[in-house]
Amino acid sequence: MAGFFDRLLSREPKSAYQAKERMKLVLVHDRSNLSPQALEQLKDELIEVISRHVNIDTQGMRVEITKEGREQRLIADIPIKTLAKRRMG
Amino acid sequence: MPGKVVTVTSGKGGVGKTTATANIAAAMALKNQKVVCIDADIGLRNLDVVLGLENRIVYDLVDVIEGRCRLRQAMIRDKRLPELYLIPAAQTRDKSAVSPSDMVRLCNELKPEFDWVLIDSPAGIERGFRNAIAAADIIVVVTNPEVSAVRDADRIIGLIEAEEKGPAQLIINRIKPDMVKKGDMLSPDDVLELLAVELLGLIPEDETVITSTNRGVPVVIDGKSRAGRAFRNISQRLLGERVPFASIEESGGLFNQIGRIFRKGGG
Ligand SMILES: Nc1ncnc2c1ncn2[C@@H]1O[C@H](COP(=O)(O)OP(=O)(O)OP(=O)(O)O)[C@@H](O)[C@H]1O
Ligand SMILES: [Mg+2]
Repeated sequence: MAGFFDRLLSREPKSAYQAKERMKLVLVHDRSNLSPQALEQLKDELIEVISRHVNIDTQGMRVEITKEGREQRLIADIPIKTLAKRRMG
Repeated sequence: MPGKVVTVTSGKGGVGKTTATANIAAAMALKNQKVVCIDADIGLRNLDVVLGLENRIVYDLVDVIEGRCRLRQAMIRDKRLPELYLIPAAQTRDKSAVSPSDMVRLCNELKPEFDWVLIDSPAGIERGFRNAIAAADIIVVVTNPEVSAVRDADRIIGLIEAEEKGPAQLIINRIKPDMVKKGDMLSPDDVLELLAVELLGLIPEDETVITSTNRGVPVVIDGKSRAGRAFRNISQRLLGERVPFASIEESGGLFNQIGRIFRKGGG
């Protein structure tokens, strides 16, 4: 019985690991003052604006905050649908 | 050469600022530095009891600022150490009794006479924090390896950067090596990676901190205390000596990790 619980417990990630993963996310949003919801909205608005000018692949699009040291960067990686692709697909 | 002003601060309360200020100051005094500590936690005076000087207070910081006494009169000398002085906080006033420019003026008066001016800051991001950092040449942020303390440290470090007072230097206090080894406490590596800030020192959780604080004797005086040694190392680093983090302790897992951090940081 004890063995069962031991196995059950050991499958859960270590608490320090959980703390670190949670803090990574929290700090990104604290520092930028941008909540995950606000980031989603920003992404939707980007799609809207950019689509007016160029045909983009919204499925393959990524908008995220990256960090280097204490500096953060908003990275938008937006694939453009090429004419060839459009003809084929 | 004029002295340097070091402010010890934190986001979250109770992480060990007053303990760190008292012990860094005492360790520097043991190294024949001339040191004055200022308790800037107005209304919540504590540095006096941690240093064991509570019975000798006549005047305080607000008395100096409001001109009720001369600076000399508010400085209590610690007779056990060569040159250690304390300017206590006012207990019956609030933070609005002092402004950032008051602190700058006060520190400018102290700097020619002392090697080090150490300021114990209140926790948080309010007026008391602004007062405490106004005159700082070096800002030391204290945290614990625990989520809320780390998060609040990040806020404070960001504010210090925004005020162009950075880069802040970090002390991680109350580390429990056994828990770190088991994966149940954020390691120094983890905290440094999250906060992306310069490391100044690592202090273990240590009962001698509590017993020596009970007695009003800085723990750095205890040659056998692990925390005492860690605080002495911090003061040596502030004095410009290269003290490897690996040499803090000889025991087990945590300190292998510290060796790694040291090499990674290159200093
Ligand atoms: N390394 C340590 N090991 C054991 N106990 C410690 C350690 N560091 C600090 N403490 C204890 O933690 C408590 C809080 O410490 P301290 O008063 O220095 O924190 P603080 O940051 O100044 O708090 P505040 O924000 O209220 O001013 C004290 O009881 C102190 O003795
Ligand atoms: Mg305190």
